Amino acid sequence: MTQPASGHAVLDPRFAPPFPQAALNVLRNPQLRKNVAHAIDVIQSKRGKLVDEKTDWQELRTAASALRAHVLENLDTYLEEFEARCTAAGGQVHWAADARQARQIILELLRQEGARQVIKIKTMTSAEIQLNPFLEAHGIKTYETDLAEIILQLGDEEPSHIVVPALHVNRAQVREIFARRMGLEHLSDDPQALTAAARTYLRQKFLTIPTAISGANFLVAETGAVAVVESEGNGRMCLTLPRAMITLAGIEKVLPRFDDLEVMLQLLARSATGERMNPYTSLWTGITPGDGPQRFHVVLLDNGRSAMLRRPVERQTLKCIRCAACMNACPVYRQTGGHAYGSVYPGPIGAILTPQLMHLKHAQTLPYASSLCGACYEVCPVKINIPQVLLELRSQVTNQERHQAARFLDPMYLGLRVANLLFARAWRFHLAQRLGRIGIRLFTRKDGWIHSLPGIGGKWTQTRDLRGFPRLTFHEWWAARDKEAK
Amino acid sequence: MRASLFITCYNDTLYPETGRAVVTLLERLGVQLDFHPKQTCCGQMHANTGFRGEAFSQAKRFVQLYHDTETVVIPSSSCVAMIRDQYPGLFDELGNETLRHDFAALLPRVFELSEFLIDRLGIDDVGAYFPHRVVYHASCHGVRALHLGERPYRLLGKVRGLDLATLPNVERCCGFGGTFSVKNAEVSSAMMAAKLQDVVSTGAEYCTALDNSCLMHLGGAMHRQYAAMKTVHLAQILAATESCPVEALA
Repeated sequence: MTQPASGHAVLDPRFAPPFPQAALNVLRNPQLRKNVAHAIDVIQSKRGKLVDEKTDWQELRTAASALRAHVLENLDTYLEEFEARCTAAGGQVHWAADARQARQIILELLRQEGARQVIKIKTMTSAEIQLNPFLEAHGIKTYETDLAEIILQLGDEEPSHIVVPALHVNRAQVREIFARRMGLEHLSDDPQALTAAARTYLRQKFLTIPTAISGANFLVAETGAVAVVESEGNGRMCLTLPRAMITLAGIEKVLPRFDDLEVMLQLLARSATGERMNPYTSLWTGITPGDGPQRFHVVLLDNGRSAMLRRPVERQTLKCIRCAACMNACPVYRQTGGHAYGSVYPGPIGAILTPQLMHLKHAQTLPYASSLCGACYEVCPVKINIPQVLLELRSQVTNQERHQAARFLDPMYLGLRVANLLFARAWRFHLAQRLGRIGIRLFTRKDGWIHSLPGIGGKWTQTRDLRGFPRLTFHEWWAARDKEAK
Repeated sequence: MRASLFITCYNDTLYPETGRAVVTLLERLGVQLDFHPKQTCCGQMHANTGFRGEAFSQAKRFVQLYHDTETVVIPSSSCVAMIRDQYPGLFDELGNETLRHDFAALLPRVFELSEFLIDRLGIDDVGAYFPHRVVYHASCHGVRALHLGERPYRLLGKVRGLDLATLPNVERCCGFGGTFSVKNAEVSSAMMAAKLQDVVSTGAEYCTALDNSCLMHLGGAMHRQYAAMKTVHLAQILAATESCPVEALA
């Protein structure tokens, strides 16, 4: 992987450390944890109020879930319909089987435009395919226009959230980045001053760079339209000023009819930012002579998605509308933030999406980055049963690993294999209990508690004590009582 | 009323007082109890770590041991959640028709303790006496898998002398998560620290729950940190009376 000549670093699951190790780096950063917890609490409380006021919230979820499931059942039909409608409206549709192909198609299109620079609407899919470093390496400078993305790009930071990518940065840190990179020594950390600085920086880009790249929140099969929702209006600028627009969209983003947006937009804004309606919803269909970009391309990205579609449990991952409600609700994400997941897609959805995008060759620790508390499933506006998919992926990872020689003596694998033998026969289990009770005395202190254990048990005792084993198990007590009664 | 107890692996080994409290409580309410000596584990640990085949053997064992019992009572909501949410998938994938049939017939007769008391026996006042300030930790499986809702609060509300504290962020996970607590020990501990802060802020003397697994995690940390609070399973509070306080049951 070529490192970007400039621009922000890109999280790449192929090179990311295992989750527990990456999480430790975050846990040792109190400022970052404070920023994440604060930002999440703000979003969560806004979301909670707006969900509560919606008396038909559960019906909306059910409708959206059924709609998205229906799309996935008929994805080929709707994609072809989208292609036909979009083409008829003057757009060009390109199909990319994987990240490499998508990057190549976009590079070719930019070369046809003679572009040396490109402005971008916030798109996590472009980060998924590592687009920025690729373009930079081929001499095309990329400029993010979403405020959070600007902060990351100028600060050489990685995104930590899919809706609020700079969630982990506070305004004092934003001030420092802007002051340093924009040469504004006396900039204050007043939000208005920061916004004004970004505006000045952006205006110059909007007015001079005639080529833009966007993602898509939805594709509408019925009309061939593309929809992007945003809060700042910078996306709208990218959609109106440039001469050429390239939209990169995952194949799962399609909706059958224009009317379906009614359900999806109500859920998306409330789930994502805790708003009744997001400030800017842009919809465009092909080309309109004399208005907006005159050349329009859609790159439809597969990159592992059709493989997910074939698997009955995992396919629900593709229902996702990228609202990030799951990460905002996740008690793990609340502690670790997004970087620990080593992927542009963090949190619970990232824990199931990333390993699948990597064909389970990387990111195998992510399915275990969850306590299976179920908060993600509870808030998901399209009812993705994330714990169920996590379990399915854990089972696949275990099946991959269990036959590896290195895993034979791994304490977790060994322990679970032995436990299985014990649980299969009560006498074996009872014998192990008796032996364990004797063995554990070595580690039990006078207060009757275990303060320190060797090996994998040490992972427990690094922060917790364990009460010593009682004199009698329940079944021994029951047997004695039974005998007495007779 | 007859009921069969399923005292899952870690409760049998580490927290037998919880099982004994269930016996005291249910016998006081006139339930005739039996206990199958061949029981071991529900298979949750294996299922949640990705060992589906092993989890299936234990799931199958559970159905074989209990298929002809009238009612099964389990004082652990995560084990009940395992049976309700994961057994069907395991049996669909690895089981046969007989097993699926036996399980479908058994499932409506499997109860978590608070469900058994309120839904099956129709009792919320069990005649308990526990003169202490108590905070209830709503475990994730109880809240989001079993939808226990008001049941534990109704039971606690009827305990004489009990002063129930309100727990902030009550539905947030404590960070135990089974093997998660050692596979991701540091993250688990960070989650636990956040939960403990909320729990300790209530000034309660006891933290109770329907899962000893969460309590093992929280109680272990309380002991490590010399916290002025103890953990106790809800069954032990409900079993306690004036003449037989919780210490006598331990």
